[in-house]
Amino acid sequence: MAVRSSELAQARLHPKQGATFRRWWRRHRLKVIPYFYIAPFFILFGLFLLYPVINSFWISFHKQQGISTPTFVGLQNYINLLSDPRFKQSVINSTFYAFGSVFIQLPLAFILAVVIHSWLVPWYNAKSGYRLAFFVPLLTSGVVVALMFGILYDYNSGLINSYLVGWFGEDAKVGWVRDVRVVKWSIIILLVWQFTGINSLYFLAGLQNIPRELNEAAEIDGANWWTVMTRITIPLLRPVILFVMISAINGSYQIFTQPYLLTGGGPRDQSISVVMYLYNTGFSYFNLGYASAIGYTLVLIVVTLAVINLRFFGAFRED
Amino acid sequence: MSVQTLSPVNKPRISVYRMRRWGWITLTNVILLSAVLLTAMPFLYMVSASFKPQYEIFTFPVQLLPETVFTDNYTKLFTETLFWRWFFNTLFVALARCSLSILLCLLAGFAFAKYEFPLKKFLFIFILASLTLPFEIILVPLYKMMVLLGWLNTYWVLIVPFAASAFGIFLARQYCLAIPTELMEAARIDGSSELGIFFRIAFPNLKPAIAVMGIIFFNGAWNDFLWPLIVLNDRLMYVLNLALPSLRGPYGDQYGLVLAGAVLATLPVILIFITMQRYFIEGLMAGALKG
Repeated sequence: MAVRSSELAQARLHPKQGATFRRWWRRHRLKVIPYFYIAPFFILFGLFLLYPVINSFWISFHKQQGISTPTFVGLQNYINLLSDPRFKQSVINSTFYAFGSVFIQLPLAFILAVVIHSWLVPWYNAKSGYRLAFFVPLLTSGVVVALMFGILYDYNSGLINSYLVGWFGEDAKVGWVRDVRVVKWSIIILLVWQFTGINSLYFLAGLQNIPRELNEAAEIDGANWWTVMTRITIPLLRPVILFVMISAINGSYQIFTQPYLLTGGGPRDQSISVVMYLYNTGFSYFNLGYASAIGYTLVLIVVTLAVINLRFFGAFRED
Repeated sequence: MSVQTLSPVNKPRISVYRMRRWGWITLTNVILLSAVLLTAMPFLYMVSASFKPQYEIFTFPVQLLPETVFTDNYTKLFTETLFWRWFFNTLFVALARCSLSILLCLLAGFAFAKYEFPLKKFLFIFILASLTLPFEIILVPLYKMMVLLGWLNTYWVLIVPFAASAFGIFLARQYCLAIPTELMEAARIDGSSELGIFFRIAFPNLKPAIAVMGIIFFNGAWNDFLWPLIVLNDRLMYVLNLALPSLRGPYGDQYGLVLAGAVLATLPVILIFITMQRYFIEGLMAGALKG
């Protein structure tokens, strides 16, 4: 409507020009209208995503405390990061969480998907039932999950320790959130509990996309279970595996809520994650430049890992 | 004759095979069922503990079920805290952000699916590339922006900044590709305006897409924590995720209250999921398989 009225206005001012505009409009209408369709999205996208992404890069070269005027310090923030023990610890922890996802959660999810997909679960309803049951933790907010695990992990009267003491005696108590050696594993257990279901759902969808004839043909040719798995199933699942790997790694590096509420990053920073350190730096100490530098280092890590993944699975593709 | 002599030999072999098969099936399902139980355990224990008084939650040894059903946590939640206000905030913000996102993404996704225009490919890939960035890098500049706009502690701050979802565009485009182009051409010849085509032809065909995006965006907004933590500090404006941990009290002496709140905060999400699970899973799968 707005377009049409401006068209009229122009026609009134310069009849000849108006006619050319109308002709132009008639010819190119279908190329112009989509820009109006994407405009609202791109305005918000540019304003609240693109601009902050660039701005954040700029801020990361400055020293800014709260809303004071920023002073340019070049690479100083990044240099400081390299010798910041707390930052190093947070990267180590987040990497540990990422390893936990890739080497514990994903294999578990894969096995779960293969088993649910196979003849071992012969009933259709049971298949979808399992799928849903393992999926529910994902829906739950990280806050509720952290609060829930708070009463499971409690040292003196948590559910888990209560059972451990009941079965193995007083020495079996584990300091889930207070023992330096255990705390990272506690977080990993929580993450496995929360995210294995969704990943196995991805694998399951991939498995269902593999044509049944392929497996049957291989079996007729005398291929055993292992050969079918390694020569047909896994190669055909490559795109799904790639997707799940990248999103699991991405997700692990962005963990915040669970350690923030469950352990507060402690004891002795043994569970602090990169994003948590970013939050503390930027929004507890209002050291905005430094926080942005942490953010960009995180980008560097995540993008590098994604590229390595793409390379690795891309090389797979050649043969 | 030979068949008859063979059959008694074959019969037990088949049943042994069958028995072994059913043995494996039983074993697998027992393991899977215990895994389901393990998954459900934290939920069940949370519900059970929300009906316990504080001292009973933290006594040793822990009882799975409360001694008596103790509902004080819930009544206290409704009478002594701003629970309903927080519940309303969360619901309102989630619905508003969700509707805005759907509208933006459908319009843009429709353009990307059904029109040809310069820079189309570039813009689309550009949006998709933004998905790989960890969104935490924008927190600092976005926070500064919110301060400038004076949006801290308002509903705007939760609704607008994250409404333009790249994943949403991707989903919307997938669904719009399925709209028959012939139908659009026919409407065009009949003199329908382009906006008319969008609302009269595309929109009714996109109901499943709306359901899928709606449920995913709603869940995302409902479970958001980090962003509200940064931009809200007025208790009246809190969303549930922010309010719940704050109920613990300085010494964690209100845990029953927190758990009651957590149960009530989780219920809507689970109810929506149960009624609309097909759409939910469909949407998540679209990301994995078509991406």
